[in-house]
Amino acid sequence: MATNKNIPEVEWEYAPSLEGTSHIQLKKKYDLFIGGKWVKPSSGKYFQSINPANEEVLAEVAYGSEKDVDIAVKAARKAYNEVWSIMPAAERAKYIYRIARLMQERARELAVIETLDGGKTIREARDIDVPLACNHFFYYAGWADKLEYAFPNRKVESLGVAGQIIPWNFPLLMAAWKIAPALAAGNTVVLKPAETTSLTALKLAEIIEAAGLPAGVVNIVTGYGDTGAAIVNHSDVNKIAFTGSTNVGKIIQKALAGTSKKLTLELGGKSANIIFDDAPIDQAVEGIVNGIFFNQGHVCCAGSRLFVQENVAEKVIAKLKERLKTLYVGNPLDKNTDIGAINSKEQLATITKYLEIGKQEGAEMYQPACTIPAKGFYCPPTLFTNVAQSNRIAQEEIFGPVLTIQTFRTIDEVIQKANNSPYGLAAGVWTEKGARIFNMANQLNAGVIWANTYNKFDPTSPFGGYKESGFGREGGVHGLAAYVKFV
Amino acid sequence: MSRLEIVKTYKIYIGGQFPRTESGRYYSPVNKEGKVLGNICLSSRKDVRNAVVAARKAVGSWSERSAFNRGQILYRIAEMLEGRKAQFVEELQFQGSSKQAAESEVNLAIDRIVYYAGWCDKYQVIVSSVNPVASSHFNFSVAEPMGVVGIIAPENSSLIGLVSLVLPVICGGNTVVVLASEKLPLCAVTFAEVLHSSDVPGGVINILTGSTDEMAPTLSTHMDVNALVYGGSDPLKLKEIQENAVLNVKRVFAYSTDWKKADAQGLHYISDVQEIKTIWHPIENVGGATSNY
Repeated sequence: MATNKNIPEVEWEYAPSLEGTSHIQLKKKYDLFIGGKWVKPSSGKYFQSINPANEEVLAEVAYGSEKDVDIAVKAARKAYNEVWSIMPAAERAKYIYRIARLMQERARELAVIETLDGGKTIREARDIDVPLACNHFFYYAGWADKLEYAFPNRKVESLGVAGQIIPWNFPLLMAAWKIAPALAAGNTVVLKPAETTSLTALKLAEIIEAAGLPAGVVNIVTGYGDTGAAIVNHSDVNKIAFTGSTNVGKIIQKALAGTSKKLTLELGGKSANIIFDDAPIDQAVEGIVNGIFFNQGHVCCAGSRLFVQENVAEKVIAKLKERLKTLYVGNPLDKNTDIGAINSKEQLATITKYLEIGKQEGAEMYQPACTIPAKGFYCPPTLFTNVAQSNRIAQEEIFGPVLTIQTFRTIDEVIQKANNSPYGLAAGVWTEKGARIFNMANQLNAGVIWANTYNKFDPTSPFGGYKESGFGREGGVHGLAAYVKFV
Repeated sequence: MSRLEIVKTYKIYIGGQFPRTESGRYYSPVNKEGKVLGNICLSSRKDVRNAVVAARKAVGSWSERSAFNRGQILYRIAEMLEGRKAQFVEELQFQGSSKQAAESEVNLAIDRIVYYAGWCDKYQVIVSSVNPVASSHFNFSVAEPMGVVGIIAPENSSLIGLVSLVLPVICGGNTVVVLASEKLPLCAVTFAEVLHSSDVPGGVINILTGSTDEMAPTLSTHMDVNALVYGGSDPLKLKEIQENAVLNVKRVFAYSTDWKKADAQGLHYISDVQEIKTIWHPIENVGGATSNY
């Protein structure tokens, strides 16, 4: 395309399109939700939850201690014994449906708070997190009175009290992934949100209260790692479900050795996204962007290791760099924003550390020129080329908008490189050859394979990893197994 | 003059071969009458590692065989065992079983192998799913073998415990390293000979005799073992194994049941050691076409 030299270059900036925050209701201070009541933490301590986009305080949140966890577990046990485990399953289902409906009614409020508290873009919170969370409740509600169909020739029972610990990257969605199947299978719950993103879980507690769920069936105990440890180590908890880092997952697995507690772990990843030379390149570039920059790369299954077939590498990388220039980094509440705020100061420090490591390891870093807000935590989209398989940036989970790019010649080579990781959460494959897709899908050691797409989720679709990415599945019929015992 | 009997040397089974333990050591378990069962290989940690290497090497070709073919091979094990029934009955009796108990144990073992042979091309259809996602994608979940599975066979059973734990695991395309019963090792070694003559590729099943206490830590800490099946009954040993498993997030399954019961078998012994893999692909969205699934 020839450029007309007579016309001066124009900066085509989008006008800001900010989502309003006036309709949300946030309290100044949040207590613990235990036994159907809002109770003060026994320590009297609270911590601040801030907006990572501008570092302003949103609310104060109760710091739950071991004592509070014990009270919550007792409330959950009481609710299990006296109400939830003996309630007809069809009634149980109706309560869960009710939660789903109330969430849908308050979807906009939930989306805005999710964006404020976590830094993710309003588009993602509105179109992905919140609808998926609602749908998860809606989906599992229907399983409550159909459990005998899920496990052929086996008799199942609920486990009892489930302790659930969730991360900060998809706060409401992870709460839904944990609570919905647990309730459907007839368990009661003590859930701890991540300390930087407690607010939507607390809003969910309000919804659960409004839904009239019997007291103690769901308890939300906010706090830090020690609060989570108190749940893991509580002697009257029957099940632990954890989503988070592989390091913490291993500590939990060890803590549960020798106990009868059932465990599911959804841990870290370093997922391969593989582009073959016959892939639809423009679509693949979009897939790469969505794979790694979705939710600022705070995604356990992010396609953080890109493998491009050598003969198209130059073209793909050039197009990718062009595409990066068009990504908007900034205020997550702006509907134009593609990459929002990094969730916390600590996480930004971790990402920055890895950028340094990458450079020291000899990889070539590329970041498009972009302006980022003066306050808040931000990281521009980053590519590393000239990366070796042995580099730390190609092996370790960065959990940020950072992509490493490697090339390959043959199918065997890329399968070996992709599988050469202690993780095995997800993988992406881009090719127009159907037979190759099935071959790759078969050979890649990962729990989720996205072929000619990436980062898609659905309540009906099981999610979970191989190897050190954890065990157990969430979603679909397979996700029920995590919350039942066989008798 | 009566003929002098030829006494069998019991060896271990790694990668389709019958080596002695690389350590050159042996132990001599005795039966109730105090009679020595034999000089049995006291396998070393190195033998465990060698067995894991052999098992890993065999994963690819075993898991990629057609389910139907795996079924035929498992059925062949039953055929071979049937033909050598008398030897197993004799060994079981020598290790302390009554004739009747020994016969029924061997019969049950054969029937259990046939049972799992039949499952090879059927479990997938029960545990897999096509998932009706809301977007325009074809989405399905299938079971895949975990890879190399370490099995600690029950201590109080020579044959049926081993068969009950090993068969469902290999039925699903995994390969195994088995630590045989320390006190009752004879049938494990003879079973390896049955495997050797029944088309099971070398490395799919590896059987080691010796001290469980010595070998289990190596097996449970090994970074190239994906899952562990514990058939013992000691809660402290199980705890240790579970702690060791953390190193590479191994999946641990503990079964304590009376394997002599006819119903001590089932799909879940297969599906427990399977991973669920979910695959997404877009459905062309032309002219408003969406998915019916």
